[in-house]
Amino acid sequence: MCLAYPMQIKEVKINSAIAEVDGITREVNILLLPDVQKGDYVMVHAGFAIEKVNREEAEKTLELFREYYKHAA
Amino acid sequence: MLLEEKLKDKHLIKKIARRIHVLGLNRKVNLMEVCGTHTYSFFRSGLNDVLSDYVNLISGPGCPVCITENLFVDKAIYLSKNKKNVIATFGDLLKVKGSLSSLYREKSNGANILIVYSPLDALEFALKNKDKRIIFLGVGFETTAPLVAATIKEAGNRKIKNFFVLTGHRLIPPAMEALCQDKNINIEGFICPGHVSAIIGELPYYPIVEKYKIGCVICGFEPVDMVLGIYTALKQIKNARPAVDNEYRRVVKKEGNATAIKIMYEVFQAGDAGWRGLGIITNSGLFLNKNYAEFNAENLIKTVIKEKKAAANCLCAEVVKGKITPRQCPLFTVECSPANPIGPCMISLEGTCRIYYEYRN
Repeated sequence: MCLAYPMQIKEVKINSAIAEVDGITREVNILLLPDVQKGDYVMVHAGFAIEKVNREEAEKTLELFREYYKHAA
Repeated sequence: MLLEEKLKDKHLIKKIARRIHVLGLNRKVNLMEVCGTHTYSFFRSGLNDVLSDYVNLISGPGCPVCITENLFVDKAIYLSKNKKNVIATFGDLLKVKGSLSSLYREKSNGANILIVYSPLDALEFALKNKDKRIIFLGVGFETTAPLVAATIKEAGNRKIKNFFVLTGHRLIPPAMEALCQDKNINIEGFICPGHVSAIIGELPYYPIVEKYKIGCVICGFEPVDMVLGIYTALKQIKNARPAVDNEYRRVVKKEGNATAIKIMYEVFQAGDAGWRGLGIITNSGLFLNKNYAEFNAENLIKTVIKEKKAAANCLCAEVVKGKITPRQCPLFTVECSPANPIGPCMISLEGTCRIYYEYRN
């Protein structure tokens, strides 16, 4: 499944980390994302963190969006 | 408003839909998505209604369970018949019928079938049950394959001898190419899968744009992501400028996840592989490298397993190619429903028929 959801890293261990979303914590494997740090947001799929969520880029997407609709009639 | 809420804002979505109207294409454009989660998000967000005048979003082969051939299920069932074997699988595959049976049916007949959320769960089970062989069914695209590879590496590092993988992983860009070559399908642009792209990055889509002049827009799954992605795809068509556009930059980097790619190709290699509905596609499947042969569940199969054809009246093969929509299948809702599914497209939560059924009204 492509289904992945964002969680925040609370604690980094060796090869795994504790991540949290909506008050639920779980251990996620970080073998695919070895340089992850406490506070990072990551996408989690099948027990693994697969990529970081770049909050700055997220804001840029929203800015772009606002630009587009500002010019819509 | 929180970031997550902003990405779902109906007000913003209606405004961008207006912007699509202003593009002035004046016809319904054929875009194809190749990700079950995109199929789902498109309907769940109501965009299928909002954008129905502007886009025909065709569901392609984006559901990994749906494109898994009977032969894979037949092999898993064969392995399940040995009392020493435990078959560990993602939940979706459980009810999929092979040539004669399903893992669900075998389970009710006493076979050891374990549903797992992660291949790591299967590895842990192997550690705790040394007297059994744990065989994990490796199904999924590039989002899943790297983590299965990482699990196999872990098994190697920890010298676990009773963990095996039956590999059924498939790669999306080769399937996209095969679809571009099919003269019977008219795709004007692709909406590319967000999390597959998080792994592989933007580069694998460039040959598709270069060879076929069909644009590739990488898209996230929130309603705002999808409407922005569709807008970008339509703008490319309006300006006759097909390109690779990344509309999911908060997760997808141009180079993808280099660590994940490295691990995936350390453990697996690409080879020709069969897809339900699409036949054999060059270099579209992942197979275990020689160094990891000890984990290959194929070595546990001591006989030749011959696949039989799917049920004659099941049209999943046409659905996964985007040739027909579920509504065009005579069995849809009549004989085939989630309660009584005939093919994998109705069984999998990401299956096109399953999603169309859920949003049929």
